[in-house]
Amino acid sequence: MAVPDVAVAAVDEGYWTRTRKVGLVLLALGLLATVLFGALATGEQARFTLSENAAGAALEVNGTVGAILFGLITLAAGAVMLARLPKRWFIPVLAVGLVAFVLSFLCWQVSAAPDGQNFMPLVNIVRGTFLLALPLIFGSLAGVLCERSGVVNVAIEGQLLMGAFSGALFGSISGSVWVGLVAAAIGGSFISLLLAVFSIKYLVDQVVMGIVLNLLALGITGFLYERLMQTNAERYNSAPRFSNWEIPLLSDIPVLGPALFRGNIFLYLALVLVLVIHIALFRTRWGLRTRSVGEHPTAADTLGVKVLGLRYRNVIMAGAIAGIGGASYTLALFSFTKNMIGGKGFIALAALIFGRWSPTGALLAALFFGFADQLATYLGAINSVIPGQFLAMLPYLATILAVAGLVGRVRAPAADGKPYIKG
Amino acid sequence: MEPGEIHALLGENGAGKSTLMNVLYGLYQPDEGEILVDGEPLKLRGPSDAIAAGIGMVHQHFMLVPVFTVTENIMLGAEQVRGGIAGFLDRRRARREVAEVSQRYNLRVDPDAMIEDLPVGIQQRVEIVKALTRDVDLLILDEPTAVLTPQETEDLLTVMRSLKAAGKSIVFITHKLGEVKAIADRITVIRRGRTVGTASPQASRDELAALMVGRTVRLTVDKTPATPGEPVLEVAGLVVDDDRQVRAVDGVDLTVRAGEVLGIAGVQGNGQTELIEAIMGLRPLLAGTVTLDGQRIDGWSTKKVLRAGVGYVPEDRSVDGLVKEFSVAENLVLDIYDRPPFGRGLSIRPDAIARSAKERIEQFDVRTSSAQAPVGTLSGGNQQKVIVARELSRPLKLFIAAQPTRGVDVGSIEFIHSRIIRERDVGTAVLVVSSELDEVIGLADRIAVMYRGQIIGIVGPDTPREEIGLLMAGITPDSTGDAPATTDGVASGPEGPGSKDEKA
Repeated sequence: MAVPDVAVAAVDEGYWTRTRKVGLVLLALGLLATVLFGALATGEQARFTLSENAAGAALEVNGTVGAILFGLITLAAGAVMLARLPKRWFIPVLAVGLVAFVLSFLCWQVSAAPDGQNFMPLVNIVRGTFLLALPLIFGSLAGVLCERSGVVNVAIEGQLLMGAFSGALFGSISGSVWVGLVAAAIGGSFISLLLAVFSIKYLVDQVVMGIVLNLLALGITGFLYERLMQTNAERYNSAPRFSNWEIPLLSDIPVLGPALFRGNIFLYLALVLVLVIHIALFRTRWGLRTRSVGEHPTAADTLGVKVLGLRYRNVIMAGAIAGIGGASYTLALFSFTKNMIGGKGFIALAALIFGRWSPTGALLAALFFGFADQLATYLGAINSVIPGQFLAMLPYLATILAVAGLVGRVRAPAADGKPYIKG
Repeated sequence: MEPGEIHALLGENGAGKSTLMNVLYGLYQPDEGEILVDGEPLKLRGPSDAIAAGIGMVHQHFMLVPVFTVTENIMLGAEQVRGGIAGFLDRRRARREVAEVSQRYNLRVDPDAMIEDLPVGIQQRVEIVKALTRDVDLLILDEPTAVLTPQETEDLLTVMRSLKAAGKSIVFITHKLGEVKAIADRITVIRRGRTVGTASPQASRDELAALMVGRTVRLTVDKTPATPGEPVLEVAGLVVDDDRQVRAVDGVDLTVRAGEVLGIAGVQGNGQTELIEAIMGLRPLLAGTVTLDGQRIDGWSTKKVLRAGVGYVPEDRSVDGLVKEFSVAENLVLDIYDRPPFGRGLSIRPDAIARSAKERIEQFDVRTSSAQAPVGTLSGGNQQKVIVARELSRPLKLFIAAQPTRGVDVGSIEFIHSRIIRERDVGTAVLVVSSELDEVIGLADRIAVMYRGQIIGIVGPDTPREEIGLLMAGITPDSTGDAPATTDGVASGPEGPGSKDEKA
């Protein structure tokens, strides 16, 4: 007897679909931009230079005109969404609307900046975005590896911090950046190992364990920082730094070249890792097994996949990646200070969710947060009328809006956070 | 086991069938004894050893990753790869193999379909293909028919016959006598972890049942014709979503009258759970009304619904029905612990609770070492009796029992069924939901069949099984297709008092 194949019944959401709700929000943003930003912007030119300073080629627009124009674009995007929009156009239209809103805001800010400062150097902005996003990229990749195999990783913060610390310490002692890099990876995986043992073997609640490990990392590094690094910074906290490597040809591309291809090893490593992990996760045997272990460990076990072994391996690997992410501070930018990660690990966790547990998604999310961070810095530098405290809030506000509003309904790996008990 | 043999393993729930097979599949380690394959003792350290030895298993709960495609699920653990240590998946080769195997054994599956989009019958087929691509000679099917419609069961039996013809041996674990008689070459009956006998498929159903339970049992429910009175529960236009915000109940109208049993039949996952939870106030209604004795109860809290005279046996007793760590006595008063004589002001009165527990345990034949034993230590059947005892200890207008005998031994089934009928006979309206068609047919005075969130038909209990089976698969007699059209019964409505209910 032929049983008719069951199709998934379409869900009828009524008039206020998600697209329409988002459209309404865009409409409000567009109105705000057109009216408020348009009124506040001055008639000065807003210059977006392609170089690092006021000189050189630039995109120019009259402040008032630009603010109103981009505001209208946002309005239009919202209106299109309120009318009917085919599903596949949702993301592009949303992107256009949001980018236009940000541009409208920038037209106001840049044109209203004090004389001599009313330009925005795009190279600096792009470079700063990547720089600030670096620990987030490494951190959220660590999250992807763990959570795809079914272990919740709240300890990213601790792994980053431990990596930063051991990179600085052993880099200083040995005088070699490479020793520092390896030490950073080992430091991060040490925190990971604890996470793995307690959550996989002793079945401790993974979120609680993650928080405890963050505190542990903070405590250990803080203590050793005061005892060793502060008393003898020369010996223990003066790690050598990776220099910038210029990639021939690519570094000559306008804007992107100087921003992306004159970076240090961490920038290149992050981009390569995103690509490698993405391909590995979705196209290799290891990836298939990892995802099966994160979705349905019992099924994987009945097919001879070693569930616990694979989880151990991935969690430790994740720690190594986060550790290297921590070293992207101490082996390239600053010397170690207490609690120097300052919550970036948690933003990385948000990037992981915002990026829907995929490496490329996490990269984009991390860049988004990095941009918000960079924007706050820039606006502070041009003496924006918006108080500095609000600017400091910007990245976190963006995080909340992104994770709560834009992500919609995402599905974590089904077995995420659930220990696997055989039999 | 002989090659090309179908060997049925028959036993009650909890008799040890699944445990035995999990040992065979290497998931559990035996404490004693050995397994012989072709005369050689076999030591299984894990499922991969079992697969290597040519043993495959289709588990009761499917071992498929819902967000993977059919091909991905089948290749998992035995991936075709290229590119050396990088191990890139060779999906094309895997797909070809899936297509080949499914063609050879006539098991049609779409290699690129997502598992979560497939109906259970097809998912099971994927499981079988998965085992076959691993070149097994012995296939263990653990309760394969529990989640299938009668038609899907027929399909499965056909598949089993063709596998047998291809020389594969099959162990078929079940507690359903009809299927065993239809297909098995040899039957082994297990009770409490021991083989209690072997039988041939010619043995009668009663003989097999007696062997299974250890005494003679009645397989039918004794009852007199119902004498329905006024409508007690009226559900109109009910719309409910499931946990994933997917429409689960899509416009259900139902009436249950005093003194009748309305049975809801249907394959699991067609909205029965959500329907009952919505009536009980456990799940928000998106549209529609629920009326109890003329009073709107939708939007009420569950506590208020219970106090209004509704008894409720939830479908998953260990999650929703009992607090496992609490004692039998405490579980017996979970609903009324705060009322006299059990509670007074801020305190509860243990002596009153203990006294009432003793009574209930006797009345409902709960087998427990003491009233103070944690309820989790009781067998499934006795746990269920505790719930039934609790719910039937209040004066009721409406009694709702969801899967009242799931995972319950045959003796307790008999007892619970007789209690349900007794409740009907004192004039309570009874709503029974079960995925066991036999149970619904045995208990109900009218049968409503649910399919994809709708009541697809309401029929009398004398309707032929096949017809109800077709309804469960979503095929109504008037939408003929390739279904044998039986025109009486559904279209004209059931004879007797329920006939005002037209199907939704």
